[in-house]
Amino acid sequence: MKVINLDHISAKPLLPEVKTVMIDAIEKDYHNPASQHKSGEEAAAALQQARAAVAGLLNCNTPKEIVFTSGGTESVNHAIKGVAMANEDKGKHIITSNIEHNAVIRSLRRLKASGFAVTSLPVDSGGRVNPQDVADAITKDTILVSIMHSNNETGTIQPIEEIGEITREKKVIFHSDAVDSVGVVPLDVQKLGVDLLSFASNTFYGPVGVGGLFIRRGTRIFPLLEGGVQENNKRAGAENLIGIIGTGKAAALALRNMDMRLTHLKALKAQLLTELPNFIDEYIVNTHPDNSLPNLMSISIKYIEGESVMLMLDDDNIAVSTRSACATGSLRASHVLLSLGLSHADAQGTLVLSFGIDNTEADITTFLKALKNVVTTLRDISPLYQKKVTEN
Amino acid sequence: MYNKTVMDHFRNPRNVGVIEDADGVGEVGNPLCGDMMTIYLKIKDERIADIKFQTFGCGSAIAVSSMITEIARGKSLVDAKQLTNKDVAKALEGLPKNKLHCSNLGADALQLAIQNYEDKLAGVTRPEPIRKEKHEHSHGEKCYCPYCDIEIQADITFCDACQSSLEDEH
Repeated sequence: MKVINLDHISAKPLLPEVKTVMIDAIEKDYHNPASQHKSGEEAAAALQQARAAVAGLLNCNTPKEIVFTSGGTESVNHAIKGVAMANEDKGKHIITSNIEHNAVIRSLRRLKASGFAVTSLPVDSGGRVNPQDVADAITKDTILVSIMHSNNETGTIQPIEEIGEITREKKVIFHSDAVDSVGVVPLDVQKLGVDLLSFASNTFYGPVGVGGLFIRRGTRIFPLLEGGVQENNKRAGAENLIGIIGTGKAAALALRNMDMRLTHLKALKAQLLTELPNFIDEYIVNTHPDNSLPNLMSISIKYIEGESVMLMLDDDNIAVSTRSACATGSLRASHVLLSLGLSHADAQGTLVLSFGIDNTEADITTFLKALKNVVTTLRDISPLYQKKVTEN
Repeated sequence: MYNKTVMDHFRNPRNVGVIEDADGVGEVGNPLCGDMMTIYLKIKDERIADIKFQTFGCGSAIAVSSMITEIARGKSLVDAKQLTNKDVAKALEGLPKNKLHCSNLGADALQLAIQNYEDKLAGVTRPEPIRKEKHEHSHGEKCYCPYCDIEIQADITFCDACQSSLEDEH
């Protein structure tokens, strides 16, 4: 039976057009783009075409501002560690937020251990950083501000443009982890005012294992990987050309079809938000009502635990993701949800629903019907629900 | 993630519910990851005549609750008192290592329910039980980080692998 994928944040299918160009690339048996003979030049041209497509998606000044990497995690590590290492003579202070992805958190933890100071800013109950807090936190020692574009657990979008104005004025390097935004919502690195922007190819239906980092001309940053002179001397190692060619195609399609995709995704999200109260009660919507991704919604269902919900929906062939501590492998309540002010018990009942262009209205209806049954079953078992019923 | 026996008890939990006029009630909760379990007992001739449970928690927590009620049902109180969390994990043919400490609370809930029954008989009232947050080491027992599942040394307060502080849990 067909599985309804409402967990696109974990994996998106490759677009057929992307598959085709990747298979062609495999069959062409490209040489090394760094080689200067004819075969190498052909590979270099394919690489250049993909780079131009991604640069077009982000409105870069030049394709040279795009560095291909092995994915979002490497891009984030590169941005943060590379800027820290290249600028430590200027200062050792970095500003971030409390709701970043682990790639940011752990990179900064590593830097802290080697003498950097990190200020982590809180978010309001809507999950957003106050740009004024960034301005207030900047000192003469500040070398980097790293704030994510959209949150991977809630879909809430941060006021990056406003923060970009501040960092430009104060001449501090600004990185944004836009792994869940690039190719989903229109992004323009000029308007955003970022110096560095991390992205992942799979977010816009390209292959897993490829991503990139936008590095604005003139930004002081060291490479994370050193060796050869690939990627304009910013990322050593022979390029993953097949993956990069797929990424270029996916980027071109994302740009071309952006409006159509947005309309579709927004309609699915609106349907879910509108119909949800007809199926279940007592839940919290963790996603910002106005500033959020069109393809992601986080809800915390009271009195039940997310992993159980996920497993039961799986029986109904519906894939969702949960942010319950019990299911993360870390067994810790999500720092993002706690930052929003959620209690531990409420955070336990959190589902992250992420749609894709392959979802339909019927998928949402099927999900809602299945969810209603699962919630009823689990609440019947729940001592918390029992207490609530008894108390009323 | 879970084996067939665990999934069976999760999907078809046995003995779910509340016993309104229970002779003993045991409630445990894990403040770390939020699982909560309540066990209700009906005692007849010093045997567990009826047992029901309610659980808020992950698949493993629900399976554990279901299994302890199956094991304990019909047992004499003397025998039931011997049941441990390890027995439950064994009956379930194993649980993921990192779930052993947080969701395997079924026997604890059962023991509290029996204690509650005996206290009622003896006319003893106890304050709210102190929740066991730090686990005790028995000789030769291996410990695993609750955050990253890597084996940890018995005497340290942080995990080497993920650098998590374990002061509250270990």
